[in-house]
Amino acid sequence: MTTLSERPIDPMYDARPDRPEKPEWRKYFGFSQDHKVIGIQYLVTSFFFYLIGGALAGAVRTELATPASDFVSPELYNSLFTLHGTVMIFLWIVPTTAGFINYLVPLMIGARDMAFPRLNAVAFWMVPPAGILLMSSFFVGAASAGWTSYPPLSTMGPEKAGELIWIMSVLLLGTSSILGAINFIVTIWKMRVPEMGWNDMPLFCWASLSTGILALVSTPVLAGALILLSFDLIVGTSFFNPTGGGDPIVYQHMFWFYSHPAVYIMILPVFGMISEILPVHSRKPIFGYRAIAYSSLAICFLGLLVWAHHMFTSGTPPWLRMFFMFATMIIAVPTGIKVFSWIATMWGGKIRLNSSMLFAMGFVSMFVVGGISGVMLSAVPFDIHVHDTYFVVAHFHYVLFGGSVFGLYAGIYHWFPKITGRFLDETLGKVHFALNFIGFNLTFLPMHKLGLDGMNRRIAEYDPKYATINMICSIGTLLLAVSTLPFLYNAIRSWFWGEKAPANPWSALTLEWTTSSPPPVENWAVLPVPACHPYAYGKRPASMMAGAENLPIIGDVDSIGASG
Amino acid sequence: MKIQTQVGLVLAGIGVTFISFWYGYHHHLLPIAASSEAVLIDDLFNVMMVIGTAIFILIQGGLFWVAYRYRRNPDDETDAKYVHGNIKLEIVWTAIPAALMLFLAIYSFDVYEEIGGLNPMDHSGHSASTSMVSTSMADTSAVNSHVVKAKTAAMLAAVNHSDSSMATMMDAETLAAPNSPLARTDDPFVVNATGMQYAWLFNYAGTELSTGELHVPIGREVILNITAMDVLHAFWVPEFRIKQDAVPGRTITIRLSPTTAGTYPLICAELCGPYHGVMRSQVVVESESAVNTWLAGQAVAMKDVDHAVENATTVALYPELLSDAAYLKPYADKLGVTVEHIRSIQAAQQS
Repeated sequence: MTTLSERPIDPMYDARPDRPEKPEWRKYFGFSQDHKVIGIQYLVTSFFFYLIGGALAGAVRTELATPASDFVSPELYNSLFTLHGTVMIFLWIVPTTAGFINYLVPLMIGARDMAFPRLNAVAFWMVPPAGILLMSSFFVGAASAGWTSYPPLSTMGPEKAGELIWIMSVLLLGTSSILGAINFIVTIWKMRVPEMGWNDMPLFCWASLSTGILALVSTPVLAGALILLSFDLIVGTSFFNPTGGGDPIVYQHMFWFYSHPAVYIMILPVFGMISEILPVHSRKPIFGYRAIAYSSLAICFLGLLVWAHHMFTSGTPPWLRMFFMFATMIIAVPTGIKVFSWIATMWGGKIRLNSSMLFAMGFVSMFVVGGISGVMLSAVPFDIHVHDTYFVVAHFHYVLFGGSVFGLYAGIYHWFPKITGRFLDETLGKVHFALNFIGFNLTFLPMHKLGLDGMNRRIAEYDPKYATINMICSIGTLLLAVSTLPFLYNAIRSWFWGEKAPANPWSALTLEWTTSSPPPVENWAVLPVPACHPYAYGKRPASMMAGAENLPIIGDVDSIGASG
Repeated sequence: MKIQTQVGLVLAGIGVTFISFWYGYHHHLLPIAASSEAVLIDDLFNVMMVIGTAIFILIQGGLFWVAYRYRRNPDDETDAKYVHGNIKLEIVWTAIPAALMLFLAIYSFDVYEEIGGLNPMDHSGHSASTSMVSTSMADTSAVNSHVVKAKTAAMLAAVNHSDSSMATMMDAETLAAPNSPLARTDDPFVVNATGMQYAWLFNYAGTELSTGELHVPIGREVILNITAMDVLHAFWVPEFRIKQDAVPGRTITIRLSPTTAGTYPLICAELCGPYHGVMRSQVVVESESAVNTWLAGQAVAMKDVDHAVENATTVALYPELLSDAAYLKPYADKLGVTVEHIRSIQAAQQS
């Protein structure tokens, strides 16, 4: 073990002196190649699209508050939920996780930047045009065949222009995702400080690596499917059109070959963040480091082999349904390992119950509900009943909202002091958590009942006997919308006027906390050397103890956070 | 471990088990089960609810427990005890879920085989051959372009096809005699179902009838050959727990065995366009003789295709005459059903 001061000044430190001196804020609107700037660009841009996606969801739930189709036209309703799904997946969760990976991975492994900084900037700058393109399609009649865009409906509708824009936009976002993935993999593989072996890596890096591999393997297949779909749409080919000898089921296979792994692309980085946040705020090592690290890889591999479980009622041969049922159920095992390990991490800890920790525990709680309904859905005979119903809608919102979004909020509260150098206000954070948690469950828990009882999804009007439950869901949505207000106010206010945060406010052991908050452009003047395993709580070396010189640690974190 | 702790844990275990089993069988989440398949699927769901409830209580309980029990003392800035793993514990929580999944997979496989998922044509349900009877429709292109435009025959309560003498559409195996399948109770009751925007058309094997709602007899296996004219649809009857996508260009066969008389909603469960939400009809489960009487009545009601179209318009104008037409009244003026259109649908169904 060496200490920080023993390493000589890195020759790379001054290798890029040609940065023009611009006002600080302008770099966030330009083609910056700094991974931290790009990370913030991703986070802020995608949060903007989260608000748009949320507004679309609000319109959908307003329509569904009453059984009749009375708020928007049925055509527009279909466009609303199509773009809601597309925006939330491709413009909110995926780019936000990309933002966290961009910001955190180099800092966690002791690198000055990503492996390919210019590529990184290119990848980010595909996101805003794609998003604007997608939103502009409302002016020409937006795509309305669902985010799955199944042919023949997607190629036969009247909104050909909107559908084409949808395809182009998703292709752009997919390309961005591929470029990002290459960067993540190479960076993690090649740019760790020499002292950091694979098993010394923070778990977020393991998760990011798995995510990168998944995105790299699966996204090109989606691109292929969408390019063929666009040919069917605009030049009249028949890849997926049965009247010309094509097969719509082929599209479904290609689409889900990406879109099932996409679920793991959206949840694995969040798993990684939870594995960082829980030990820090429990003051206890992560339980079963290797099991968690390797289960990410297991999920990455298995995640590529389960796509047809989205097609159990489609034209899938029975023996194939059985194979995909077995494969899907197996995934519950590595996922269960993670959940049990997280609880064991907190067990016997000294838990600091702040906003970040509340969201992280909320994540575990909600994700488990989505996991239980997920295992139920993998059972073919049961899935045949609930496929394409509100039970499925409830399931994936528990995974992607109760899971991913809660985890992303946990990450924002946890790393906000590092990113901005200021604390978020704790009281507002707790209000945000409470509103979010209640609103979320009010919206999505009753949907299980709706689906089981016979309400199908993607409909603008429904049997009046479901009116009461739907009204409850819509009220929950209103609460969810309100819950973003304290967060937005908190984030904007704290970014400028919040309480200043030291380098290591949580007394954490991963490397991103060894530099100032916010970090300098080159991250460290002298590249750090890990003094211990990233989770050696309870056994940390003297140099990492509270009050040690290298790691400025503040006294009572709770009270300081709350007073900001 | 103290004796009080042990006793407490045992009691908690008994409590969780009791609550899980009670809730697993008293959740009242599903509609009535009106087919023998539904009973099997409900059993599977109940078992999964028992397991799911137990896991839910354990994990959520664990979370609340750690948040309560291990909350940090505000003055305590030190770390907790250094515990980084426990191989035995990790093996346990890998092995138990793995065993549970294996059990669920085998159980689900068994139920799937039992309900004829692996081979709907096989009565004993123990053959591994494929269920996909892909009788690809001859050439749907001409038909298709038609159907796309015409938001179609939703309110065709009954359409009599006048000149069909070729009613055979199944293999000889499954359909003993072309003109008398409805009379033989040991053979399955065969219906060809075609989905289109935004209606179902049911053609009863051995008859010349096409109807907009489905009538099936109690106590006889029903074989459905499902296809679609234009876009994807899905045939779903929640009370039967049976769903199958209707895919243009292929015919997919499923089996079901209605057990309880009643009228149940028949829902399109695959997004098929703006009016997907109103693509509903109904399934009537009744005695065999009632089905035959109804079918005979349908045959008398309509003499030819032109009449049928006329009748369709009438029904649309007076929705109170037909229950499911009430849904479609606002859209009746959007429909453009033509004689050629209905002929082409029927030709495709009978080929």
